[in-house]
Order: sequence, then C-alpha cells, then structure tokens
Amino acid sequence: MNNLSESGKSGMNLKETELTLGLPGEPRVGKACMKRVFSETVDLELGNSGKKDSSGSGSSMKKESATSRGKLVGWPPVRAHRKNIMTVKSGKYVKVGVDGAPYLRKVDLELYNSYEQFLSIRTVLDEKKLMDPVNGVEYVPTYEDKDGDWMLVGDVPWKMFAESCKRVRLMTRSEAIGLAPRPETKCSSSSS
Amino acid sequence: MSEAQAQMSEDDADLAAAAGGASIRTAVVTTGGDYSSPYPDQVLENVLENVLIFLTSRRDRNAVSLVCKSWYRAEALTRSEIYIGNCYSVSPRRAAERFRRVRSVVLKGKPRFADFSLMPPDWGAHFAPWVIEMAEAYRGLEKLYLKRMNVTDDDLAVMARSFGNFRELVLVCCEGFGTAGLAVVASKCRQLRVFDLIEAEVSDDDEVDWLSCFPESGTCLESLIFDCVEFPINFDALENLVARSRSLKKLRVNRFVNLEQLHRLMILAPQLTDLGTGSFSPQDHPIDQEPDLVSAFTACRSLVSLSGFRETVPDYLPAVYPVCANITSLNFSYANITADELKPVIRNCHKLQIFWVLDSVRDEGLQAVAATCKDLRELRVFPIDATEDNVGPVSDVGLQAISEGCKKLESILYFCQQMTNAAVISMSNNCPDLVVFRLCIIGRYRPDHSTGEPMDEGFGAIVKNCKKLTRLAVSGLLTDKAFSYIGQYGKLVRTLSFAFAGDSDLGLKYVLEGCSKLEKLEIRDCPFGDSALRSGLHHYHNMRFLWMSTCRVTRQGCREIAQQIPRVIVEVFRWNQILEEGEKSDLVDTLYLYRSLEGPRADAPKFVNIL
Repeated sequence: MNNLSESGKSGMNLKETELTLGLPGEPRVGKACMKRVFSETVDLELGNSGKKDSSGSGSSMKKESATSRGKLVGWPPVRAHRKNIMTVKSGKYVKVGVDGAPYLRKVDLELYNSYEQFLSIRTVLDEKKLMDPVNGVEYVPTYEDKDGDWMLVGDVPWKMFAESCKRVRLMTRSEAIGLAPRPETKCSSSSS
Repeated sequence: MSEAQAQMSEDDADLAAAAGGASIRTAVVTTGGDYSSPYPDQVLENVLENVLIFLTSRRDRNAVSLVCKSWYRAEALTRSEIYIGNCYSVSPRRAAERFRRVRSVVLKGKPRFADFSLMPPDWGAHFAPWVIEMAEAYRGLEKLYLKRMNVTDDDLAVMARSFGNFRELVLVCCEGFGTAGLAVVASKCRQLRVFDLIEAEVSDDDEVDWLSCFPESGTCLESLIFDCVEFPINFDALENLVARSRSLKKLRVNRFVNLEQLHRLMILAPQLTDLGTGSFSPQDHPIDQEPDLVSAFTACRSLVSLSGFRETVPDYLPAVYPVCANITSLNFSYANITADELKPVIRNCHKLQIFWVLDSVRDEGLQAVAATCKDLRELRVFPIDATEDNVGPVSDVGLQAISEGCKKLESILYFCQQMTNAAVISMSNNCPDLVVFRLCIIGRYRPDHSTGEPMDEGFGAIVKNCKKLTRLAVSGLLTDKAFSYIGQYGKLVRTLSFAFAGDSDLGLKYVLEGCSKLEKLEIRDCPFGDSALRSGLHHYHNMRFLWMSTCRVTRQGCREIAQQIPRVIVEVFRWNQILEEGEKSDLVDTLYLYRSLEGPRADAPKFVNIL
C-alpha cells in the first residue's frame, strides 16, 4: 500500500544521508584541517563500520553527489502540512472591476492564452450591467500597467499584457476617451 | 497557536514521582483502612486534602507526593489534571489507579520528529486504550488535550458518550479520525466549550457535515478552531452555528471560507478575541458588492489575535488596519507577501507579542518589525521555499535587526540559508530573556558566510549569555566545540535538537555529561556512536526520551543500554532502509529510547524492535 512506495522512496533518501567520509551537498568552505579531523575521527570510531565506509566511500560519495540534489527526508524540519499549503496558490490574479458597479472580481490571467479567451469572461459582468436601468452604455476594457498608467486593453501582445497588467477596469466609453494606446501618453484618468 | 503551547515545553516529572510512589504504594494498601489510623492522623489528612486542592502546579504536586505515604495519598486524591508527556511511560490503568478524581488529561504520543516523516505512520501512540480506561475511571472528565496521538472516530465516539460533562477537546498534530468523529463530538457533547483542531490531519472519507451536528437550540462554544481542515465545509451550517453561539470568543476557519463569507461571520460575532480569517480571498463569482471589511474589523473591538490569510491577495490586507493597534498575536505564516505589503500593516502593531511570518517579507520586512514591535516575545520565520540554496530572502541581517529592535524576545524560530556568528552573538547579548532559540540554516554544514568559520561561537554565546534558555536547536557547520559550550553553559536546557552537526562522539558526550536538566534530545545525521550513547547511562531515566536517527549507533550498543538501565525502553527500527546486496550493517537506523514504568509495549508494529 502507501507504506511500501513511501518506504522505497525514503529508503533511498536515508541512504543519501548516511554518513560517509565525504560530505553531501555543499563543498566545505573553511579550514581544510577541520575536514581532516572529521574523517580521522570517523575512521577511529568505527571498527567494521569504518571499513565498510572506506571501501564503499568512493561509490557512496558518488551516489551522494549524484543524488545530492534529491530531497532529504524531513529536512528542513518544516511540517508537511505547511510545505503543501505553499504550493497550492499560484497564478497571476488581477482585479477586474466595472465602472459604476461596486463589485470586483479576481481573475487569474495565467488561465488564458489570448485576449479572446480573457474577454469572453467579460460577458458575465456585461449581463449584470444590462439589467441596469441605464441602457446603451458602452464599456471599454482598460488596464493599469506596472508603471501605474491606464491603457486600453488589446494594443500589446497578450503575453506582454498579462505580464504588466496589475488590474483591469471596464470603463464607460466617455471616461476612456482620455486613454491612448501608447504607454508614453499618460492618462489623466483619476480612477485607479 | 494556543496558549497550551506554553505547557508543551514543560517537563513531565510525574514519572519520577510515580517511580518513587510505586515503591511506596506496595507498602500502602489500596483499599485503605487496613491499619487503624489514630484520630489526629486522619484529621491531618483531611486538612491536607483541602489545602492541596488549591495546588495546581504539576511540579509542586510531584514534590508533595514524595513527602510521605499520607501526603502521597492526599495528593493523588486531589490532583484534578494529569499530564502524561509520553503515553508509553505509564499504562492507562496505572494512571487511573493512582489518580482517581481527574477532570483534565493532557496526553502526548509521538516525538516531534514524527512531524517530519521520520517516523513510520503506524508506529503507535494510540488513544484507544486510554479512552477505554478513562471511560470507566474518569466519568467526570471535562478536558482532553491530545498531542501527536493516533485518534480514531471510534475513540471520539467512546469519549463523546462516556463523559457527560465534557467541555474541552483540543487535538494537536493528531491523525486517524475524520468528519464522522467530529460529528459525534459535536452532537453528543452538549456542554462543549472548546473544540480545537490544531495542525491535525482530518480525513474527509466519510463526508459527514459535522458543523450541522451541534445542538440546534444554542451552544456554549467559546472556541472553535478548524483552520487545518483541508476540505470544504458547509458554510450555511457554520454561519448558523456562529449565530447561535453567543459565547464564542475564538473562531479560526479554514481556507475554504472566502472573504465574503468571513465578512458575514464577523458581522455575527463582533465579540471575537481571536479570529482565523480563512483564505482571506474573495470568491470567484461575486454576486454582491464588495463587503465592507473595514467596518467589520472596526466593530471587533476585542480582537487581539489574527491568523489565517491562507490565500490572501495583498490588496485586501488594509482591511485589518483598524485592529492592528490592539493585536498581540499575528500569524502571517501562510501569506506570501512582500516587505512593502507587510509594512503598512506592521507599522501599526505596537502591541504585538507573537508574530509568525513567511520569509517572503525578506530582511527588509524583518527590519520593519524590529522598528515597531518593541514588545515582541515570540517570532517565527518560515521558509516559503524549503530547498537548500546559497542565498535566501532572510539572513543574518534580519536576525541582527530583530535582536536590536526586539529586546524582550523570548522565543525565536528562524529559517534561513545563511547566517553569521556575529548576528547570533548579537542576539545573545541583546535578548537576555531568550528561553527558546531555534535557528535552522537550511543548507547543511553551512559555515558563517562572512568569515567561513563554523557556527560554534554563535551558539556558544547563546548558551552562555541567555541564562534562561531551556530549548535550543542548532544548525550550520558545527564542530565538537559547539557541543562543549552547550554542555558547559546549558545548565537549564531541557530540549535539544541536533541535525548534521558535530565531529565525533565527544560532541554528544559533552552534552550528556553537562546538561543535567536535559529531558528531550532529538538527533539526526550526526556522527555519534555507541561510546557517546554510553556516556548518558547515568541520565536516561531522568529524560523523557532520546531520539537518534541515521547516526553511528549499533544494535549492540543499544542492547547494552537496554540491559544496563531498568525502566527504560529501547526501541530500534529500520523501517525504510533497504540494505544493499551483501551489505551487512550493525548500524541502527533509528533509536528511540524513553523511560517507562511498564515493560515493552504490546502494540509495537513488526518493524520496531524493543531490545
């Protein structure tokens, strides 16, 4: 069952961590004499085990350096629960808002590969807007980029947009008039 | 982070008293009245009992019980809380026979290294034999605190139906139960005030809606903590529960409660003192306007503890500003935020005493903490990326800043990739109140990154200058010298943790010979062998346990220990080590040694050898 596969994996890892004459991972920075002291004491201390180490040291060390990039069991001492949690959340989330409507929506841009896909979600918000007594209001998607400038959505390649976009806002066409597609032209829009 | 944590580091001297008491007991008849006691003695005993009822400290009680037979009896009758630091140190029957009127039990099972997958899952620490014994002996039981125990749904069911006045259940780092067990507790324990699941592993196999199982009419709940539950809950049931729990003071929800839902709960419970905020992230399809979190937080005038933020988008953090000035405990250790995102929050937290954070805030973030949180007592900095690397986001710079700004620091846990002796020495000088110092340099055998020296002097300074130190965890490149410092100066140290450190047996010898108060010693991947093991023979019966994994102890060495000290159980296991072809090794993979009044346990799995 689970134990077997777990034990197999951990078995290899524990082998990695078994002490040999050399040290796994990082090269020793510091006094060379210390390294000597260490290996001397290891030799002295171990009767049969020492022999095992010295004869096998070459191969164990090789093994260790080969697998030193592999994960140690239980190191660093962070609980598995905590480690797992940190990998849950990823993605690039930006707020999407609509002028005049107080609600916002958080959207993961990494889920989309093109403007088409991204703008299709807009229809959900549009539907809401259609219920509004104020009809015939046209909305234009705009976004705030890394520099804090408000730009029209669609002028730069999708990837560039996804990377620099901090938040998105559907502005009314009248409000969006001041915006220009070029980054150099700063907008005077106060919405942010 | 419950206040029960304060108890966790306390030692369990019950056993010494029990061991002493056991020999006394053979002379004392359990049925009583075997000898005709003169009138004055009986009166004295009654008086004593009435006085002892007020004695709450465990250590004091242990001392009292050693005075004489009659004091032993009186103490046993008046002890209402028993603390069992190792569930295998004493049998349920023996505990129940000595202490007959117990209302509160603290029971701990596996050693801490089990949290890091160093212990096989079915090793033991079963709650079952305890609950069965207590169901008979302690019908008036009110409180149960279990840590690192294996608890099944059946155990919870037995508990729920056996104790009519049951009030508090706290399960810390436990596993083996699921929603069915939670449901039974919720529905049967009508007097329940505290229901806390802390870092527990709860299974959802049964998919029982346990939150709906609380009494309909209203509950006495004061604390409900389930932030570790890793599956969705019935929010409507939770909302309803909070609405009818007027005494609720602590509520920590899990990450399946979003921002809008949190808002609704806060509106219902502005009296909260402790709030775990769940995901702190809005739902994907908002149906209404963005909730007014700022008002909700402003209304929580009693809030002193904040946690959660499991999936927080930093934009929403400003909502907590209204409570910053009052909070004493803040757990951001699941919030992946930068220094700039932390600063506006932390600069208002003048009363902060406990702060847990991710190293994503970098040294700069820690400097901001040091600048504001002058009352800080406990700091924990967790790594967002737990892999070994040359540089990381926090380093000696952050530690130095904290040492200069937070002079009242008592407890620190600090993960980093690089450190200097200077920063550690600085902390030893600036923070004389340190009781717990745990530094984890993730890169193994890492020296001081600016001098290339081992980290001996830094840790040496800690044990030398921090006169109140009781718990120490070391890391980095360490020679036997570091251990000689620990043995020489660490006279109050009770818990020690070593990993990838030391040169020879001398290291461990220094510690075992010098640290006379040592109770818990956990060691992994250090070059300590049988000779070092032998040097602790005089002391093992005073310890709760010794753990050594992937060191240089042999089976024969362990056998010798087992033979030479009575009342110490020596377990060795080699549960996941696959011996290579032709390899014959006498080295044991893991040695776990603990004192016990009982013989070898009957529930040991096959891979565990008890010598």
